[in-house]
Amino acid sequence: MAATKFTLYLAKITMDLILAPWPWYIGGPTIAVVLFLLLFSEKRFGMSTNLKTMCSMAGAGKKIPFFAGDWKANRWGLLVALGAAAGGFIAATYMTNGSVGLIHPDVVNELSQMGISGAGHQFMPPELFGVEALTEPKTLILLALGGFLIGFGTRYAGGCTSGHAISGLSDLQWPSLVAVIGFFVGGLLMNHLILPYIL
Amino acid sequence: MKRTILYFTIGILFGITMIKSEAASWFRIYEMFQFKSFHMYGIIGAAVVLGVVITQLIKRNKLRSFFGTEIQIAPKPKLIKASLYGGIIFGLGWALTGACPGPIYVLIGAGYLPLFVVFVFALLGTYCYGLLKPRLPH
Repeated sequence: MAATKFTLYLAKITMDLILAPWPWYIGGPTIAVVLFLLLFSEKRFGMSTNLKTMCSMAGAGKKIPFFAGDWKANRWGLLVALGAAAGGFIAATYMTNGSVGLIHPDVVNELSQMGISGAGHQFMPPELFGVEALTEPKTLILLALGGFLIGFGTRYAGGCTSGHAISGLSDLQWPSLVAVIGFFVGGLLMNHLILPYIL
Repeated sequence: MKRTILYFTIGILFGITMIKSEAASWFRIYEMFQFKSFHMYGIIGAAVVLGVVITQLIKRNKLRSFFGTEIQIAPKPKLIKASLYGGIIFGLGWALTGACPGPIYVLIGAGYLPLFVVFVFALLGTYCYGLLKPRLPH
């Protein structure tokens, strides 16, 4: 009898792991596993370098020395990015029961006042990331601006959340701590002082 | 070929993790910058604590990779100004779009097509950095 209960319990945990959103104590350690696998595959965990690699692939190195050099050495990173897209498809299509984690009620209220819906019900706000966003000029401008800042900022800083916050901090690198402080300075500025006026 | 499969598979694990942990969710990033939830801090904190253990074990024991070579971890360039200014610029974009460079690919794969706009302009931003690099303080 006890064995049956235990089996059912194990089955429930397994189904939750596949279908329900993960708590932080599953997500965080899994990111550490990704870091581990990359380090043991002779690589570093850093996703923003791919943007530079693609600029080099497109021939930007002919005029700008920053993009010169053999991009093929970074082919592995493009494979990781391609895998990431595949993983995103798999998780969003086959590993979901439609539920999302709870979002703090204050945040839900605040966002709905700003005209952003879906908090606590959907993975992403439809106003910004639904197909309808593609025909909304204001949203397109915001997404374009955001993308530009991400591309410019990560290369200037020499890394992003994976390269600096995870890899760099794990290696106790001072420049990474400075960069992460920068991420939060910029993020807090945008979240508290700019977003309320532009959303 | 073996390596191709290896890197692609690591990418799949990363992509699944970004969706399942909701680290790629715009709402989670918004909530994080509002300090209204422990979720994102827990994810990043747990990853870094375990990452420090992994990295220190590798360095102190001179561990070898899956391919038998000694694992080399190059230090980050000591460019404090660039780290700070670049970091602030990226932070602005992160809080606006809710996406870091990794989740951009993950979310496109998950079917959130407007992220493609973010991706194209991230390429443009990277290109402009390369163009302006000699004139920027590092």
